[in-house]
Amino acid sequence: MSKVEASKEHQIYLQKHKIRKTSIAVSQISIFIAFFALWEIAAYFKWIDPFIMSQPSRVVKTVVSLTSDGSIFLHTGITVLETIIGFLSGTILGTVIAIILWWSDFVAKVLDPYLVVLNALPKTALGPIILVWIGGTTSSIIVMALLTSIIVTILNVYLAFKSCDEDKVKLLTTLGAVKLQILSKVVLPSSIPAIISVLKINVGLSLVGVIVGEFLVSRAGLGYLIIYGGQVFKMDLVMTSVLILAVAAALMYLSVNWLEKKLTKMR
Amino acid sequence: MVDKVVEIKNVSMNYHTLSGETQAIRNLSLDINNGETVSIVGPSGCGKSTLLSLISGILKPTSGSILVNGEPVAGPSSNVGYMLQKDHLFGWRTIIKNATLGLEIQKKLTKDSQAYVEHLLDEYGLADFKHHYPKQLSGGMRQRAALIRTLATNPDILLLDEPFSALDYQTRLAISEEIWLIIKKERKTAILVTHDISEAVACSERIIVLTNRPAEVKNIHEIYLTCDKRTPISCREAPEFRHYFNKIWKELDVHV
Repeated sequence: MSKVEASKEHQIYLQKHKIRKTSIAVSQISIFIAFFALWEIAAYFKWIDPFIMSQPSRVVKTVVSLTSDGSIFLHTGITVLETIIGFLSGTILGTVIAIILWWSDFVAKVLDPYLVVLNALPKTALGPIILVWIGGTTSSIIVMALLTSIIVTILNVYLAFKSCDEDKVKLLTTLGAVKLQILSKVVLPSSIPAIISVLKINVGLSLVGVIVGEFLVSRAGLGYLIIYGGQVFKMDLVMTSVLILAVAAALMYLSVNWLEKKLTKMR
Repeated sequence: MVDKVVEIKNVSMNYHTLSGETQAIRNLSLDINNGETVSIVGPSGCGKSTLLSLISGILKPTSGSILVNGEPVAGPSSNVGYMLQKDHLFGWRTIIKNATLGLEIQKKLTKDSQAYVEHLLDEYGLADFKHHYPKQLSGGMRQRAALIRTLATNPDILLLDEPFSALDYQTRLAISEEIWLIIKKERKTAILVTHDISEAVACSERIIVLTNRPAEVKNIHEIYLTCDKRTPISCREAPEFRHYFNKIWKELDVHV
């Protein structure tokens, strides 16, 4: 098909498509540049107070100074590491609990109202309790990250288990499969896409847990830089940290996205 | 080998739900002979599939007994292979991995059994697709792969629960012909549940007509057709075909 010379009409169609794609990309980049340019100019001409609102050039200076003493890597690294541990443990532990619920319908029914309430509860409200119980350490932060993601994981993965095709389960039963085989041969593999999409949600949720944890523990990490910068009124530091956080969050999300593409390619 | 491979003796089956009790099968007795292809037809929801589930051992009858090869059914066994409406090939497994699923579950995956499955795939036109994923195959090929998955554990009896109903009409005719030839070649006893009267007449030596729920045997037809090759498609040209079709149609007593 593609080797044949495309008709005039088709060429016009393809060109239209290309123009549309380019104009979307151009608009996206323009918004980005306009936002920072306007921010810079507004601060430069004192339309806004750069002491309160900060300024892109000050952010760049802050990045440079944080880079020169290496602290940017320390704080970003700590936050990223805590988030990764948080969402991986939240996803794994949540999946294990979902397996238990799938295994015993009785347990699932009994725990149902508790899960509903825990799901509705904002987990960040538990922060001070965890801080008191576990102490102002990294463990507290990871537990926060775990808590923010685990309930959503349990509910979503359990739902995926339950929506596994009944006839596929019946097929295995007729072949003489026991419950563990039904789990490992059909229920788990058919739920892999759901588990990965939970992983994607959990990147964001764990990050919430980690940042709130760092606010409370106040030792290191981007959350610490933000709260510290706010307290001593170094808005440059706050803005810089928020921007780095945005980049780090996007990169983590993209890596899970990439993992998803890899894993679901064969389906 | 025993002549009667399946003996169903005075079987009744009740279902319990919160809204009440439903009798699906009442005092049903039936024998299936070795090597024959039998179709079970009956009104929708009359308990045809329940009967297959009972024979396969995934359900237990409320009363009565079922013997397979002279032994009472105690649970799913490798003597009985079950084929469902859709192929249910697993998208994350290759065709060969799908075909060996039963062996894997029954922990019988050896070099020999693996070779047997490979032989079946080669024999029935899937040699080049062993390492493909199901979505790369046509509907007909998938159905064949599903049959090979059923044959892999080498069952004597095949239970076919409307195995062609998810296919379009042309594919359905072609596939029922192919599957029928495979079943005959492998010398299996087959019990086919179907809605399609012409399919039942074309594919089987005997047709069992069930009543409305609770299912009982209403009538049993021995099918004798005059045609050169007794395969489903050529059977449809036999002069008696229409005669059987009409008789069974009347017995089913369908009112819309």
